[in-house]
Amino acid sequence: MATNEEILPDLASIVEEVAGVDAAEVTAEKSFVDDLDIDSLSMVEIAVQAEDKFGVKIPDDELAKLTTVQDAVNYISSHS
Amino acid sequence: MSSTGQGVVVTGMGATTPLGGDVATTWDGLLAGRGAASKIEEDWVDTFELPVKIASQLAVEPSEILKRVEARRLDRSEQTAIIAAREAWQHADLGDYPNAEDGSPKVDALRLAVIVGTGIGGALTLLGQDDILEQQGLRKVAVLTIPMLMPNGPAAHVGLEFGAAAGVHAPVSACASGAEAIAWGWRMLMANEVDVVVAGGTEACIHPITLAGFSQARTMALRNDEPERASRPFDTGRNGFVLGEGAGMVVLEREEFAQARGATVHGRLAGIGTSADAYHITAPDPEGTGQSRAIAAALRTAGLEPSDIGHVNCHATATSVGDVAETVAVKKSIGDHPVLTAPKGSLGHLLGAAGAVEAISTILSVREGLIPPTANLEELDPDVTLDVVAGEARKQSLDAAISDSFGFGGHNVCLAITPA
Repeated sequence: MATNEEILPDLASIVEEVAGVDAAEVTAEKSFVDDLDIDSLSMVEIAVQAEDKFGVKIPDDELAKLTTVQDAVNYISSHS
Repeated sequence: MSSTGQGVVVTGMGATTPLGGDVATTWDGLLAGRGAASKIEEDWVDTFELPVKIASQLAVEPSEILKRVEARRLDRSEQTAIIAAREAWQHADLGDYPNAEDGSPKVDALRLAVIVGTGIGGALTLLGQDDILEQQGLRKVAVLTIPMLMPNGPAAHVGLEFGAAAGVHAPVSACASGAEAIAWGWRMLMANEVDVVVAGGTEACIHPITLAGFSQARTMALRNDEPERASRPFDTGRNGFVLGEGAGMVVLEREEFAQARGATVHGRLAGIGTSADAYHITAPDPEGTGQSRAIAAALRTAGLEPSDIGHVNCHATATSVGDVAETVAVKKSIGDHPVLTAPKGSLGHLLGAAGAVEAISTILSVREGLIPPTANLEELDPDVTLDVVAGEARKQSLDAAISDSFGFGGHNVCLAITPA
């Protein structure tokens, strides 16, 4: 199981790849929508890439609950 | 042709074409009569044993210009549209975008429209994502597949870029689409619906299926061993067109509005004419009846006489029937005096972008008094009895010129250009 410290940098680079947000900006407390300006379609792309990277399943109803970067890290950490 | 302040003026131009990544390099290539076609360096040319192995490919890759994330969210035809539109906007010196939060925009978003046509739309996305679905499954299909393949995608992205709120339109009329977008812009401006229109066309569909389809229709040039000499409008050795890709955009303004903001005017879109052949789905009417009606309508809306027209920038794609039919239409509607050129000898056929890029060429010809040569015209077809510029550019002061665009389906669009 990956630790939070291992997940965050990889997740940040996925966010950078998909949405063009500098990976350094993708810190735990940030909200995907309000702080990082990521739209719902980009969130789907991020989820698909995260599923492949971390070997998790992120159903749409779970994805909708991932408000902050920390939420996503916690979800991946507890489901991988 | 005196200025009443009520007309439509051209204040900005942008392009990315097989001759160059902007208007200046494209114009230089046209003036030099340089053929831009080259060999297609893709395995699929041999895999499918395509009879056509050449195309007029972009001189500058869009991914070199756009930010990486922009590029991956846009179909290639949307990338070219954005690049050309940004150049045109900057050229028009319209300042901050209407939706910019800082600065003072020079046009109200509610008085700004965007009209961008395409012949084929996001074909590379459609076909590429279909391959992904079949080979890798649903999960790998891009989330943005639909907005990347929809034919109004380029118009929508350019509209979002500038925050155009008065309307975003995407005329689809095959190879007349780019010119039709400009004609549509003229109508909106003359109706005083808007102050500024960004209008043009875009295309990027060099793919085995388009080459196969056009080849099966027996419309393509087959001079594979000499790509730069393959596109030969009006030449006895012509045997079809060379498929190209690119985009052209103009900024059109109500003359009054442009005057009030002190804009530099590069020419006037004095009038437009559209018609339909009502003849055949692909073949042009050999009598040029529909085409001549479109030219006549452009003269009428511009308030010009046939004797005013010194130059016609031809659609001439280098097919055997089409080129001659166009000269018949020119003679019917204008007479024997206009001097012709056919830019597709240099550019190849940019389909939905052709009419816009060629409108820019016509605007520059009128502004500069310089008509580019028809590349690769070595022996004029004896059935063409008009003066076609070949060899080198010709200096000629022009009071007015016509840019012709025709498309599969019998769409005819003609633009009348006069000096600033």
